[in-house]
Amino acid sequence: MLKLRLGRATREAYGEALLELAENNPNIYVVDADIGKSCKTVPFSEKYPNQQINVGIAEQNAADVAAGLATCGIIPFVTTYAIFGSMRMLEQIRQEACYPYLNVKVACSHGGLTPANDGASHQAIEDLGIYRTIPNMTVIAPGDFDSTKALVKAAAEYYGPVYLRFTRDAIPSFYDENSKFEIGKANMIQDGKDITIITTGDVLSQGVEACNELEKEGISVRLLDMHTIKPLDEEAVKKAIKDTKGIITVEDHNKYNGLGSAVAEVVAENDGECHFKRIAIQDHFGESAPYESLLAKNGITAENIVKTAKRML
Amino acid sequence: MRQNNDVDFLTEKAKEIRKTVLTMIHEAKSGHPGGSLSASDIMAALYFDELNIKPENPKWKDRDKFVLSKGHVCPVLYSCLALRGYFPYKEIYTLRKEGSILQGHPDMKVCPGIEISTGSLGQGLSCAVGMAIAGKRLGLKGRVFSLIGDGESQEGQIWEALETASKYKLSNLTVILDKNGIQNDNTVEFIMPVRNMVKKFESFGLETYEINGHNMKEITDAFDKIRVSKYDGPRAIVANTVKGKGVSFMENVVKWHGMAPNDEQYAQAMKEIEGGLSC
Repeated sequence: MLKLRLGRATREAYGEALLELAENNPNIYVVDADIGKSCKTVPFSEKYPNQQINVGIAEQNAADVAAGLATCGIIPFVTTYAIFGSMRMLEQIRQEACYPYLNVKVACSHGGLTPANDGASHQAIEDLGIYRTIPNMTVIAPGDFDSTKALVKAAAEYYGPVYLRFTRDAIPSFYDENSKFEIGKANMIQDGKDITIITTGDVLSQGVEACNELEKEGISVRLLDMHTIKPLDEEAVKKAIKDTKGIITVEDHNKYNGLGSAVAEVVAENDGECHFKRIAIQDHFGESAPYESLLAKNGITAENIVKTAKRML
Repeated sequence: MRQNNDVDFLTEKAKEIRKTVLTMIHEAKSGHPGGSLSASDIMAALYFDELNIKPENPKWKDRDKFVLSKGHVCPVLYSCLALRGYFPYKEIYTLRKEGSILQGHPDMKVCPGIEISTGSLGQGLSCAVGMAIAGKRLGLKGRVFSLIGDGESQEGQIWEALETASKYKLSNLTVILDKNGIQNDNTVEFIMPVRNMVKKFESFGLETYEINGHNMKEITDAFDKIRVSKYDGPRAIVANTVKGKGVSFMENVVKWHGMAPNDEQYAQAMKEIEGGLSC
């Protein structure tokens, strides 16, 4: 049985990771756009005021200021909500971070449906797909508190533009502080031979619960945490096609262009036979509601994963 | 710091820049001559006098940095870099051609001397602000200069960048406005008036100098004042210029914003610049 614990919002893990990174690296900077409080950068800014810039409510400028800093050897974390980080400053990040391959990190809280009460204007359900389309970009959506800390640190060590997506709301914890992560490498949480469940980001816990339920019923599940959706760990997907009878992807993102699409591309180009289903947001906007309720409306639940898996076999 | 304060020398350099601009655009059969020519005198003063740079060591840590925010006029920047020896002069014949270091808009990854890739208007100035902040925080000696256009100033991001420059007291940053009055579709006044840019810059907290951008004495005087100014914030030069300056049939003609001269027009233009219509 895989065990979940009560967890915290991954934006808090980001704030802690920044502080730990800055202890050994004076080049870690934060570029805020007035939502440092919500994005948990305030402790960093208070401790390292000389490594923080707050440009106010001006996200486009934030992105390009970060690019300018990066040309001087600084590692800037542009910090905002996923909706602004992936859309309001998109062309800036494309032009001045991705195209010239500068070391700019776009670190975003409020990913997916997790700013549940804020409603559709603040729920970024297209961000992963948007950034997946841009050359040179790395796209990471960690699945819990400890994996967020580890992957923020990995992103700081990696040279190049990275999009990081965190949750506003608390999500269950699965990993611990000794868990290891590598950008671009799926984490195999459990091996299995009947079916593969692949999750990205905050819905890892739904994958874990579904996995436990299916195992109880005698179905052997391989569970992959695809925290990096670009570059996608294609080998892990190909292996799943070969080793198991079907793949189910689960994500807190619109059904287009996110994890499901990325995995489907590999499935479609692969000669092996494999059942495939996406569990994702059904191409409509969210609303103000409890997070669990919003996920349930889109079938992003452990129950639906279990049901889908059984139907597949 | 200064390499040559001789107005005649810089005027001669501006001629060479203009001829190089026209030659490269003529060869490429596309490009943006109008705004390249309006900026040529300012660029001559920067690259042959004001900027503290080492072409043989383009990444020298304490160099002055120049950011061409109006990236489409890169022929004028490429001309300066070629004439200063950042790359062999013959490269100018490769503008916009496959595999060239001289891309249609500046690419920092392939062209020495380009501080940041630009071409999407409104963005270069923010990058320059980032560089100037880094300069202050990391104790770099070099200053940062950025050339923007008046059409470009319709972008809201220009004003976001200036607010930030002011807030962080970027006395190491100089914004130069090439105010040539024409943009892609028509005059700036017709498309979207940007109003009084001197007052706007001043109200955004920039110490602002207004000059004739084709008078070399006024240009170098402005740089002299900026260099010794004790003002604790960013500086601006509003340079009143003529689009297509130096070529009679291009001056103040909208279509020369982004069109290459044919063989006949090129010959005529080169003759006019050689003859000294430019300054």
